Amino acid sequence: MQDEMTDTTVTDVVTDALVGFGCEREEITRAATFESLDIDSLDLAELAQVIEERFGVVLKGSDVVTLKTLGDLIDLIVARA
Amino acid sequence: MTGIGAVTPLGVGARPLHERWSAGACGVRDGEAACAEFEAREHMTAKEARRLDRFAQLGVTACAEAVADAGWEQLPYAPERVGCMLGTGIGGIATFESNHELLRSGRSVSPLAVPLMMGNAGAAAIAMRHELRGPVLVVSACAAGANAIGSAMRAIQCGEATAMIAGGAEAALTPLARAAFASLEATSPSGVSRPFDARRDGFVMGEGAGVLVLEDAEAARARGARIHARLRGYGATCDAHHLTAPDERGTAAAAAIRASLEDAGLDASEVDYVNAHGTSTPQGDRAETRALTAVLGQRAREIPISSTKSAIGHLLGAAGAVEAVATVLALRERLAGPTLGLEHADPELDLDFVPGAARALHVEPGRGAVALSNSFGFGGHNAVLCLESA
Repeated sequence: MQDEMTDTTVTDVVTDALVGFGCEREEITRAATFESLDIDSLDLAELAQVIEERFGVVLKGSDVVTLKTLGDLIDLIVARA
Repeated sequence: MTGIGAVTPLGVGARPLHERWSAGACGVRDGEAACAEFEAREHMTAKEARRLDRFAQLGVTACAEAVADAGWEQLPYAPERVGCMLGTGIGGIATFESNHELLRSGRSVSPLAVPLMMGNAGAAAIAMRHELRGPVLVVSACAAGANAIGSAMRAIQCGEATAMIAGGAEAALTPLARAAFASLEATSPSGVSRPFDARRDGFVMGEGAGVLVLEDAEAARARGARIHARLRGYGATCDAHHLTAPDERGTAAAAAIRASLEDAGLDASEVDYVNAHGTSTPQGDRAETRALTAVLGQRAREIPISSTKSAIGHLLGAAGAVEAVATVLALRERLAGPTLGLEHADPELDLDFVPGAARALHVEPGRGAVALSNSFGFGGHNAVLCLESA
């Protein structure tokens, strides 16, 4: 079953996933960059899987390659709703 | 050999391996030998841990110990001059199995599946962690650990590298591997590892890793390194006989032992100890006994020959490396661990396999102690290392 997609639910799902990947919860903010969180292409591929399973939104590598911050990513996911 | 590290069913560290094995401890529980004391998060970040299959986690941990033991607070040589050669029999089979399960249940396979299960993942992780930019390779099968160490020595000898990190890592205590080896009738139905015993009925699967730091002798001396042992010789041959069964005549295994001694420039009479492959299979132990007798002659009856696998099971692609670590410490401490479980002698196997208790090595003063460490693998791969205590 897919979750209702709001800014809050997406932020929660992304945050939980990143914590699972080894990021520190307190460092995860909308302004944080992938670089500062040490998120690489493998993390983004895993995250895309989580997003697809939870919200039915398909993200390709080419969708996220130009993004810099978590806020950018969350906005993109919500916009795809 | 300036650094050693190990994670084995007898504990985390090279020292626990030597001390507990010498004291007669056995790491086999319920027919398997797991590294029960190993917790990945005690040795690496959460991110590193989830990006490595257990076999690579074991390898990275043994490597960290070896590198610290060698006194490498940072690389003593240019990164391009340091490489890594890591053996594994199977690679990330637990990752393979869990992802296959996802696929069968209609779920998405993880993007981490390939990077975790690929056989070179351990070597690559060690290279990344220690920034090694020299030759970084992987070798396979049950002789892989010894092949890795021997090949690493050659890389140094031919000038390709000044130092090499070499060893093996394995974590194949999984349902598929268990069933596959049992189906081949390679593993012990009784669940007991008792090499050279008349009742031996197959090997006991174990997991773990062994890693050694090898340095060009001159370079090691120049940086004032503490030297554990010298890798004097290496011999590698293939039976070209059968995919899984050893050639029971032991011909190619004997050739590997002979080649290792010739490479070392040593005579059979100078060997003080043999760390046997000794898997506890009926055919393997017989072939090894024949090979040792053929090459060492009378000397084979005079020296202690013992099997580390009696205490930790068969670590497959890590076995040769862990046993090289055990051999280095046996030479340093002049103490050979026992062949545990050996109580009923097999009349065909009439050498001194050190039953019961650890044995002191007697070495004439003025020279180093010399040992052979044998490794033989499926596919007929034979690899023999000749080591001398510093």
